[in-house]
Amino acid sequence: MIEITQSFKPILALACPASAAVLIMMSSRRPNLRESWTLIGSAAQFLIILSMTPAIFAGHTIECYLFTMFSKVQFGFKVDAFGLLFAITASSLWILVSIYSMGYMRSLHEHAQTRYYFCFALAILGAIGVALSGNLVTMYIFYEILTVSTYPLVAHEQSPEALFAGRKYLAYLLTSGVFFLAAIVFTYSMAGTTDFNPRGILASTSWSKSALIILLILFILGFMKAAYIPCQSWLPTAMVAPTPVSALLHAVAVVKAGVFGIVRIVCYIYGIDLMDELGLGVMLASFAALTMIGASLFAIAQDNLKRRLAYSTISQLSYVIFGVALLTPMGITGAMIHIPFHGFMKITLFLCAGSILVSSGKKNISEMAGIGQTMPVTMLAFTVGAIGMCGAPPTAGFISKWFLVWGTLQAENLIFLGVILISSLLDIVYFFPIIYTAFFGKLRGAESNLNPLNGVQEAPLSMVIPLTITALFSVIFCFPNPATNLILQLAKIAIR
Amino acid sequence: MLPFIEHFPVLIVVISLLSSVTILVVGWINRKASYFIFITTIVTQFVASIFLLAHVLTRGPIRYWLGGWKPPWGIEYVVDALNAYVLVILLFLAFVCGIYSKKKREHELPQKVVSFYSVFQLLITGLCGVTVTGDIFNMYVFIEIMSIAAYALIGSMGKIGKVALKASFTYLVLGSVGACFFLIGIGLLYSVTGSLNMHDLSLLLPPLYGNRVVQAAFAFFIVGLSIKMALFPLHTWLPDAHAFAPAEISAMLSGIIIEVSTYAFIRVSFSVFTINFLRLLPILDILCWVAGGAIIAGSLMAITQMNLKRMLAYSSVANMGYIMLAVGLSISVTSEPWNGLTPALMHILNHALMKGCLFLVAGAFIYKADLWLINDFRGLGRRMPYTCAAFVVAAISMIGIPPSVGFVSKLYIVLAAIEAKKIVFVAIILLSSLLNLVYFWRVIETMYMKRAEGEEHSTSTHVSKDEAPFGMLAPILILASLCIIMGFFWLAKVPMPILNQINNMFGLVKVP
Repeated sequence: MIEITQSFKPILALACPASAAVLIMMSSRRPNLRESWTLIGSAAQFLIILSMTPAIFAGHTIECYLFTMFSKVQFGFKVDAFGLLFAITASSLWILVSIYSMGYMRSLHEHAQTRYYFCFALAILGAIGVALSGNLVTMYIFYEILTVSTYPLVAHEQSPEALFAGRKYLAYLLTSGVFFLAAIVFTYSMAGTTDFNPRGILASTSWSKSALIILLILFILGFMKAAYIPCQSWLPTAMVAPTPVSALLHAVAVVKAGVFGIVRIVCYIYGIDLMDELGLGVMLASFAALTMIGASLFAIAQDNLKRRLAYSTISQLSYVIFGVALLTPMGITGAMIHIPFHGFMKITLFLCAGSILVSSGKKNISEMAGIGQTMPVTMLAFTVGAIGMCGAPPTAGFISKWFLVWGTLQAENLIFLGVILISSLLDIVYFFPIIYTAFFGKLRGAESNLNPLNGVQEAPLSMVIPLTITALFSVIFCFPNPATNLILQLAKIAIR
Repeated sequence: MLPFIEHFPVLIVVISLLSSVTILVVGWINRKASYFIFITTIVTQFVASIFLLAHVLTRGPIRYWLGGWKPPWGIEYVVDALNAYVLVILLFLAFVCGIYSKKKREHELPQKVVSFYSVFQLLITGLCGVTVTGDIFNMYVFIEIMSIAAYALIGSMGKIGKVALKASFTYLVLGSVGACFFLIGIGLLYSVTGSLNMHDLSLLLPPLYGNRVVQAAFAFFIVGLSIKMALFPLHTWLPDAHAFAPAEISAMLSGIIIEVSTYAFIRVSFSVFTINFLRLLPILDILCWVAGGAIIAGSLMAITQMNLKRMLAYSSVANMGYIMLAVGLSISVTSEPWNGLTPALMHILNHALMKGCLFLVAGAFIYKADLWLINDFRGLGRRMPYTCAAFVVAAISMIGIPPSVGFVSKLYIVLAAIEAKKIVFVAIILLSSLLNLVYFWRVIETMYMKRAEGEEHSTSTHVSKDEAPFGMLAPILILASLCIIMGFFWLAKVPMPILNQINNMFGLVKVP
């Protein structure tokens, strides 16, 4: 039996971004003060979230319920190992991205920076709220906060293109929110509760098999943030946002909130046994496999670096769905650890893309020939991230892929094993050309003074340091050490 | 001798009526005094209404016989949890709109301030009267007082052109038809029972439920009040009236006047007739479908509007649909906390807060820059940051994004619809929240994301602020913050004892 600890730490963790947001708004005239609030808020939040790990390791769950909304539905938080895993990922990366944002936004002389930092803090509030919430209704509240607060970030540039992206973003995600709400309400009327339970809550209901399948479809539609095909097109469009936004929100917080939700539904609402009994695992895994392969094919065709990364994200997100849908212990472990691991690797790639944009103004891969010589640190970090995406050692991507492959073997499904291998192969196909172009590619007129890369240097230190750190972590996670242990241990507790 | 508080029902109406006259007389001598008399009266009424609510919740309903005449011969004022609740909402919104009106009237109608406040006070008299009365004919009288005051106030913006007068006249004609229907209903009931007292009628009517005359009377009540509350497809007077009335009157119209008509409807259907009558005929089922149509049609028409106030007006049509849908579902839903009339009454309060805030914001735009059309709002987000922020909060609430009040309403109505096994309405509510998104987001996008003309190429971060005066800003911010604070209160079920008492009173609870 899991022991329960009462604690206000979840509230404190959410109070950090909330108060940071207010303080940011109040100090809009003083940029240095404003950005120090962001840093203080993110650091405090990370420490508070980290301080919850000992209790989780001791086999407890941390609960903090504020008030009852309906019978058996309380507004409040329940922190378990899986939620903590996501919370740690998002909050640790928020610190790094805050440092990076300062360099990025100042170098480009962006407008409306107060709005930017304010919404960023609110978005983190939403993401951490999703991670820590104890039932579907609370999760929905934070899920919608996350959606709305990200809109000003996507449309930040305020160009017609950005406005279009913003509209598309809201149209997709709020529509999906409606499906999510419908699914929650049906679940509540079916099961009488919406709490997350490791054994699932729908197993004992009297509803027919087809109703349960329809409900799952509603839930999946509700988590459109996971950007699966055919509902993926908002994500590449949203790449018009400033790069730190693409990095943290569209590689970690927003999209991971989507897959996090799907894992929650599969493991904690339906429960593994019920999924298996209904035969939904294979259906979901095939669906995810389609996205894994399809998005990779799309990625090959992109010339804009951020769009290519976006398609890579779409493909990688489905690894998580895929791993969970295997319904085997190793598959689920792989899915869970892929959330932080992919977060670190993908954020490295995006931060590199942002650095390239700041230093050279280049957005397209075809224009980046030879950039590895002028920006060696950035491109090395990029290479690390890219290797990680392909799942090759010595990077974190290798570990999660290892677990996923193991999971397919446990599920005794060789077709799925083939899918993973093909998808990895495709990852190489679209990442290798970038690295090759950057280091060995030659642009026409490169020898003459017309070389457009003349005078290009590394980005400011506040941008290079975060991306170096994330790149280092992408490697460190491949080897046994406290950080890797933390993540593996949490995943192990979560699937117990 | 009655305790002092038991005189409050009649005092609330009488001081209001007297104050209306006083404003006119005193205003003749000193124009500035009129506003202070007006606001003092409203504050007094508001405080009295809170005492009434507290008293009713603890001690039960107050029955006040006018002139000591015993009903059914005399007129009786009855205050129970339902009217006390509506009274508090109505006087609160009137108070907020009253504060707001000071600057706005000095700016727009400097010569007519005195008569404006006099008629405004008369409007409040009518609204309070409809709410507290326990006599159905007296209710008709107050409905007429309220409507006539509203006709005058809508027409008061005559300077913007004949449209305001035309809007007022349309409302006058349709409103009179509605009142007429209501009166015919009263006549029919009187012809079969010989009584006008609501409580008395509810005792006399049950044996006559099969009677065609009684059923016809109910039909007249429904149609008459549907015109008054602008229920689709009888909403045609509403868009123009809302669009061309002064902002605070638009806020009152949308936030309270049509809601008080809804209150009258609830009172007539649940107090005069009872749920036994409503179960006899499929009235409420039909009402659900009509309301469903109102929600979709109102939202679709709002999307096509270019004028902000007209857009908000069509949004009100949709929101009346929400309330009536919730009323329609009320008799088939019994499990707490979304049983009975709870979602409907909840949305009455929520809609008053949200729509009140939105109309006041629209008024602030007109006050500062004479902006009516949505496309002209470019760059307003930086010129009027607080006003626009309030608009965003209220709009988000209308869309139903948590943790705002609109979300709670939406959630409760959806839960009620599921319990009543009417899945169609779940779909309608959810679809409508997406339609709300379409038309509200267009405004938000224009305000914040589109640059003002001549500013397209400049990257300067500084735009001179041109915020509405504090007297207008404060009410807007109060309403906007309540949109979020009440959301938490509803989720934590703080006001539920009031609504539970109402449901108990009408027998809308689970039979043990």
